[in-house]
Amino acid sequence: MLDTMIEGAIAFMLIAGGAFAFIGSLGLTHLKDFYMRLHGPSKTTTLGVGCTLIGALIFFSREDGPVIQELLITIFAFITAPVSAHMLAKSALHHKLKPDPRTRGNPVELESEKPRHTIEESPQGDSPLP
Amino acid sequence: MIPPTRWLPMPVLSLLLLVVWLLLQHSISLGQWLLGGFLAILIPVLCRPFWERQPTIKRPLKLVGYFFRVLGDIVTANLQVSKLILDPRGRMRPAFVEYPLTLKENFPITILASTITMTPGTVSAHLRLDGRTLLIHALDVGDIDALINDIHQRYERPLLEIFES
Repeated sequence: MLDTMIEGAIAFMLIAGGAFAFIGSLGLTHLKDFYMRLHGPSKTTTLGVGCTLIGALIFFSREDGPVIQELLITIFAFITAPVSAHMLAKSALHHKLKPDPRTRGNPVELESEKPRHTIEESPQGDSPLP
Repeated sequence: MIPPTRWLPMPVLSLLLLVVWLLLQHSISLGQWLLGGFLAILIPVLCRPFWERQPTIKRPLKLVGYFFRVLGDIVTANLQVSKLILDPRGRMRPAFVEYPLTLKENFPITILASTITMTPGTVSAHLRLDGRTLLIHALDVGDIDALINDIHQRYERPLLEIFES
């Protein structure tokens, strides 16, 4: 009985992790501009990796005693993801990428006579990254 | 907190390194303690020039509470973003928000910026050079002032209490 429950928890974590990672990647194709696309990988994918690793943690803890390494990977992922997202956003601002026209707010960082780089955004948002 | 000395310029970091080393080695034999201790002393001494002044944590217990609050919010954030991505009508109200910072020190600001990125619908994009405003990109926001107020109440105030009060 307990075995079934533990296995259920592992399966749930793996499926939830996979689903989150998938939705995060789906966001890359669905969202309209660079800044919005940033939200997918920085959040959903991190939790996807986190869930998968927690599943692995439970599995290996049951097999051969408590294992903590997976938890460390999760913590490292949670510390580094915001930093990379921040650097991506910063370089996008630096290149003055045009945000989606619906975006409110007009930061000074994006104001310039002539944008140096623009990406033609198709509705599917399938343009290559610079 | 443990006071820094010449050979232990960052005691908390040293302790953290030792613990992580032992966890990664998955062993607490004497050899691993010695090697881990050696690295825990050597690494902070070597990379000392790159570091800012160490922040003082005034209320460690609150920090633990903050950690769990953020953890819970990460899950909510994921559900929200997933819902927005999967919504076939794709109704989103993205916005750039300028967030006025009350925090002064660099380390708490870093934590706040990371928290904002990990939690509901917001990515911190740019810290202005004057260090007083944080540029945030939000995926779906109705009331910008409410968002600013929310971040202030929920994250910045606890950080203020933990590090600077």
